[in-house]
Amino acid sequence: MTDLLSLYRTMVRIRAFEDAAEVASQGGVAAWGKEASATPAQVRGPLHLSTGQEAVAAGVCAHLKPADLLTSTHRGHGHTLAKGADPTRMMCELFGKASGYNGGKGGSMHIADFSVGMLGANGVVAAGLPIAVGAAQGLKIRGQDAIAVCFFGDGAINRGPFMEALNWAVVYQLPVLFVCEDNRISATTESAAMTAGPGASARAASLGIAAVQVDGTDVQAVSAAAASLIADIRAGHGPRLLHALTDRHKGHVSVDPATYRKPEDVAAALARDGIARTRARLIEQGQSAQVEQIERAAQAEIQAALVAASAAPPPDPSAAYTDIQTIGAGVWA
Amino acid sequence: MNARDSQAASVADHDQNMNIVQLTYAQAAALALEQTMQADPTVIALGEDLGRGGVFGQYRDAQGAPLVQRFGPGRIIDTPISEATIVGAAVGMALAGCRPVVELRVVDFALCAIDEVVNQAAKNRYMFGGQGRVPVVLRMPIGIWSASAAQHSQSLEAWFAHIPGLVVAAPATPADNHGLLLAALQSGDPVVYMEHKELWGTPGAVTPGAVVPLGKARVARPGGDVTLVSWSRQLQACEQAAEQLAAQGVQAELIDLRTIWPWDKDAVLASAARTGRLLVVHEAVQVAGFGAEIAATVAEHTGAKVARLGAPRIPVGYAPTLEAQARVSAEQIVAATQRLLQR
Repeated sequence: MTDLLSLYRTMVRIRAFEDAAEVASQGGVAAWGKEASATPAQVRGPLHLSTGQEAVAAGVCAHLKPADLLTSTHRGHGHTLAKGADPTRMMCELFGKASGYNGGKGGSMHIADFSVGMLGANGVVAAGLPIAVGAAQGLKIRGQDAIAVCFFGDGAINRGPFMEALNWAVVYQLPVLFVCEDNRISATTESAAMTAGPGASARAASLGIAAVQVDGTDVQAVSAAAASLIADIRAGHGPRLLHALTDRHKGHVSVDPATYRKPEDVAAALARDGIARTRARLIEQGQSAQVEQIERAAQAEIQAALVAASAAPPPDPSAAYTDIQTIGAGVWA
Repeated sequence: MNARDSQAASVADHDQNMNIVQLTYAQAAALALEQTMQADPTVIALGEDLGRGGVFGQYRDAQGAPLVQRFGPGRIIDTPISEATIVGAAVGMALAGCRPVVELRVVDFALCAIDEVVNQAAKNRYMFGGQGRVPVVLRMPIGIWSASAAQHSQSLEAWFAHIPGLVVAAPATPADNHGLLLAALQSGDPVVYMEHKELWGTPGAVTPGAVVPLGKARVARPGGDVTLVSWSRQLQACEQAAEQLAAQGVQAELIDLRTIWPWDKDAVLASAARTGRLLVVHEAVQVAGFGAEIAATVAEHTGAKVARLGAPRIPVGYAPTLEAQARVSAEQIVAATQRLLQR
């Protein structure tokens, strides 16, 4: 659903999930001069939060069907939720529990729900691009009425698979939407200093892919652009690229204080927060009651997810030896 | 035998047994692919130059016709020179319900797609908790291909055997290149399928449709004095060595491993326990080669004396005098066996 309340609901659910995961991750890894805390965090390891980028996930995924396939990045919770995954099973996965989507084998960096077409977050920058074009090609070969969508960051455009996958999508005229979430930071380095040219949309255009650049903090702008691009793709016109300029409110990972960022840049990003702006717009439209209901429901949903994830049992150690390969897996002494 | 097999057989030399045809190593694999593609519309092949039948002709049928003429460019897919995306796309195709066969031309080029092989294809099933499967056959021809020098000649089976999630096969004969490829195409997991570039034209008897199960070795020559384990093209030098040893009164049992991972531990351990001596021979560099794994395992589990023989740790050189230094000869195998027998 693409009405503003629905888009707002998706954004608020993502923000609530990210905020809860962030709290649950405190002290989980030793990094940036911090020691891991004595009390182990519930969400361990690197946690890449999409806080601030919710409008891109919400605005794009609102136009997807369950049969559409999606590949994501290391910063993939928002895409997963927006594609229709259950936050409780997601939180269980972040907590490393057997009832998580991956049985505790993947965690945050590999969050996935194949049952809703979400083919996985990925720990390798740009790795989702070739997989997405292959998924689109597979859908085409099998005559399926569906498309693939590939989220990636501005850092990914400097890896070879970005160019290879865009070229590939044009060569085979594949039904794929590339979505660059351009938060202008590659891990902890400003992308501009590491990137030739104006970025993702210009590179796409050079390969003949129609590309649209939008304010990625404006969910209505994202939704409108995605609607148009996806309509073109579904009509058989080949690949398209959406270049969404967005903001990462947090560090590279949850325990990264991001001291390398200019305070004025962070302040500006927080001031144009897409959720706050959408909220104000809805209240202007007289929808305060609905806004509050959405916010309460999201908090309740995520609280329930936290409770369930805390209570859930960890995977049995024997699960370390399953889901590897049918022959030749497991202990070999 | 189906109609297509009959057609292939009509051109190839018939054996006394009508079910057996003479095919080259390359044709044997093409027949396996052809049969499987005919039976299963989700099986497709992709790689560079497939439209002209593959650079080694391994995508041509026994009459020499490129398979694309039969299945069309939508199923025999010519690709850009984009190894990372060839493999990555195959992973995506598999997740979308296809069973792709990927041609990487030579294993040396597969290194351009090492993330896609190791981090994406191999890890998918485990990392996502069994939500998906990646039934992809990754054809990565190995071995010295005379005068092709350091970047077209490597044997890297040990690299891939090291990675959980991968099956690794290395056929030595036309029959196995047919039967193992059929098995690989039926596997639900990624299979690194390593043909040898100097075997493409080798003829041999093939029974169309005869599957060779993954993980099962073959006794190429029975014997009771010493066990030789090898695979791929190196088997030929082992056969010559076994002949020379037999002339000296030493009966070597030669085991063709066929699948590198999972390797047929039962067959190798049983033979080594019986002969009391094991020599593993491979074309790959000896240091950290897969022979070390086999020798160590046999030493751990039996009282057998073990040794291994592979190439020196040198890149494959271009000049014949240099290239020869990277090959393991029958004479070297005989000498290594004699040293083992004297220990």
